[in-house]
Amino acid sequence: MKGLGIVTTEASAEPTRRDFLYIATGAVAAVGAAAAVWPFISQMNPDASTIAAGAPIEVDLTPIAQGQDIKVFWRGQPIYIMNRTPKQVEEARNTPLSDLKDPQTDQARTKEGHENWLVVVGICTHLGCIPIAHEGKYDGFFCPCHGSQYDSSGRIRQGPAPLNLPIPPYQFVSDTKVQIG
Amino acid sequence: MSGPSTYQPQSPLMKWLEQRLPIAGLVHSSFIAYPTPRNLNYWWTFGAILSMMLAVQIVTGIVLAMHYTPHVDLAFDSVERIVRDVNYGWLLRNMHAAGASMFFIAVYVHMLRGLYYGSYKAPREVLWILGVIIYLLMMATGFMGYVLPWGQMSFWGATVITNLFSAFPVVGDSIVTLLWGGYSVGNPTLNRFFSLHYLLPFVIAGVVVLHVWALHVTGQNNPAGVEPKTEKDTVPFTPYATLKDVFGMSCFLVFYSWFIFYMPNYLGDAENYVPANPGVTPPHIVPEWYYLPFYAILRSIPNKLLGVIAMFGAIIVLLFLPWLDSCKVRSSRYRPIAKRFFWGFVATCLVLGWLGSKPAEGIYTTLGQVFTFFYFAYFLIVLPVLGRMEKTLPLPNSIAEDVLNKGKVTKAVAGLVAVLFAGGLMVGGVQPAKANEGGENPPSLQWSFAGPFGTYDRAQLQRGFKIYKEVCSNCHSLKLLQYRNLAEPGGPGFTVEQAKAIAAEAQIKDGPNDQGEMFERPGRLADTFHSPFPNEQAARAANGGAAPPDMSLLAKARTYSRGFPQFIFDFFTQFQEQGPNYIAALLQGYEDTPPEGFSLPDGSFYNKWYPGHSIKMPPPIQSGMVSYDDGTPETLEQYAKDVTSFLMWASEPHMEARKRLGLQVMIFLIILSGLLYFVKRKVWSNVH
Repeated sequence: MKGLGIVTTEASAEPTRRDFLYIATGAVAAVGAAAAVWPFISQMNPDASTIAAGAPIEVDLTPIAQGQDIKVFWRGQPIYIMNRTPKQVEEARNTPLSDLKDPQTDQARTKEGHENWLVVVGICTHLGCIPIAHEGKYDGFFCPCHGSQYDSSGRIRQGPAPLNLPIPPYQFVSDTKVQIG
Repeated sequence: MSGPSTYQPQSPLMKWLEQRLPIAGLVHSSFIAYPTPRNLNYWWTFGAILSMMLAVQIVTGIVLAMHYTPHVDLAFDSVERIVRDVNYGWLLRNMHAAGASMFFIAVYVHMLRGLYYGSYKAPREVLWILGVIIYLLMMATGFMGYVLPWGQMSFWGATVITNLFSAFPVVGDSIVTLLWGGYSVGNPTLNRFFSLHYLLPFVIAGVVVLHVWALHVTGQNNPAGVEPKTEKDTVPFTPYATLKDVFGMSCFLVFYSWFIFYMPNYLGDAENYVPANPGVTPPHIVPEWYYLPFYAILRSIPNKLLGVIAMFGAIIVLLFLPWLDSCKVRSSRYRPIAKRFFWGFVATCLVLGWLGSKPAEGIYTTLGQVFTFFYFAYFLIVLPVLGRMEKTLPLPNSIAEDVLNKGKVTKAVAGLVAVLFAGGLMVGGVQPAKANEGGENPPSLQWSFAGPFGTYDRAQLQRGFKIYKEVCSNCHSLKLLQYRNLAEPGGPGFTVEQAKAIAAEAQIKDGPNDQGEMFERPGRLADTFHSPFPNEQAARAANGGAAPPDMSLLAKARTYSRGFPQFIFDFFTQFQEQGPNYIAALLQGYEDTPPEGFSLPDGSFYNKWYPGHSIKMPPPIQSGMVSYDDGTPETLEQYAKDVTSFLMWASEPHMEARKRLGLQVMIFLIILSGLLYFVKRKVWSNVH
């Protein structure tokens, strides 16, 4: 087969018109191939109805007595809403920042005027299990999977988790109603 | 794949790998150094085009399966969610649906090419048989894929095709039960069809490997039908055949894109935009166009079992073709009589396809029988007899001599283009042929969204929405639409705040709450335009026994026949506004007194355009009923146009994005094809 003048064997110092044609065609084809891949990647992202379903939700706080908590779901994630006792609030506020793995004040994690309410995403920052409320040594949350312990402000105190429980975006619509998202 | 490789690895890494797994050598000998006859014409590029289509179908199919739900209650809506909500979902779905038709167009060209040039003859019998097996697998895959959207045609297609097996004595009913997994076509059927539809393409890919393997053992046939003798007769696969194939594929993509972006529903059946209803059979059950010739054969035999046998026999006979054709000369080029019979056979297939789309009555049945005879006669009488008596023309001594004799390339290209368009036309011709009720058609109106550059008129969509809200929504749901759609690009152009306000006016049933009770709350953007009735029975009871249909897809689910030759022009002008024309005409088609001799049932109204003319819906709207604040005339005619435009948008919210992307893709592909053509010509210049 070698005898049949294969195009690429010819050595040439300068680019010729023919080379330009080959390069241009290759470049156009490469651009097209790259563009064609995009829809196949983009379709993996959340679709429009999933995004729309992730709109903010409102939660009525009246049924939650002091010392109790509820778990609601927002965007498929469990959100703990905890009505903390004064003792819990006090403990959270009196903990020196130097004791914390991920230093953050309780004030920064709650809304002023609504100090008793703790709203956190109930997903352990270690590997995604759901910690149990009102358990563990710090009267906060205890993750049964790998033993991470969070305090009454949802801050990591002990165990393998690296970070505090995240605070979702939320605001108080009224004293008894909170909007999450 | 044939014999030891001539591949010499250069780098130490490749040498190391080659001693352990000679994969680079395999690729080199199969796709680079592989000698291919130098006189191949463009009909030979369809092998590569088919490989491309198989890849496209597998890739888009895997992606669609990520979003599809194989359940009778959810399948239809999940397909619509793909089209409406998944990023580029409309594109992926159109690619897959039109891709099936493209796959079959390409395979028919490929098979007819094999037939014309005698590619099935010794030593290529196994190659041909493997091809027939691939074709059978494709038919099974295509059929099961068509069931998945769970529209009316999906359901009734599944019912009719599975019932074919009941024709076999003794075991027939057991086979049908086995296919259904129940007493009728239902959820188990859908689930197993989904599973098999996912599996079979990989089986096809496996048989394709065998097909290519067999090809590379015997070498390719060629238009002259004489085997290559010296090196002068062949060229290396790369770059020669590769470039030619890539150019062919690029041209085919232009044709394919025409359907994806501009005529996505030309190849489909409007009836399949109606969700499956096990209680009502559509008036015309018609399979997809690629099965029509076989469907015609099935129906032309008055006996159930014999009909089924004839239909399967029409495909099985292909397996024996290498032994039925007794002529030693391969190419029809050198068989003047066989050539004529070949074109007669092509015409027979086309006529059978046309007959398959017609109702099985009167002259169509007789014609079906005649052409069924022609079909089998070609294989069982013409080819065996002709080989013994035909006087063939002298063959060229070698392929090189054949190349020197003529430059038939342009003729082949012209033929190719003609076949592609004829294929598209035949396919599209089936659609209007289906619902041919006779009588006149609704008038064709001017729509802003028609044509390749058509867009929706925002103000018109807003007016149409007002009519929907004030009039239609009292009875009809629009459940595939959510309030957020009103503010999305390509739609009526409401602001998010306006859409929120519209949503908040609706009372949505939600719950249960902590007490276990259902409650009502104001609507949100993510809520759907749901039915004013709590369930279908209530809707039926409140409307004289006829439940008002959901309007989400109405503009795509209604159609009428345009007839010959109009449908040919429709292919080029991209006319696809039958649905809107019908809806607009229906709204204005009420007549107080039915024509002489028409007996109108109680509780029904006479409508000129409704099939059967007796409609349960009272005239829904009159001039002056809805007030416009933009000075548009408040006439019935205007109302009909506005609400129809709104319904068209509701049935295809991403139409503008489709046409916009289509233009970009078309320009790109035409440039690419042009460049590839010149590259191919340059590379081949030292061979010709």
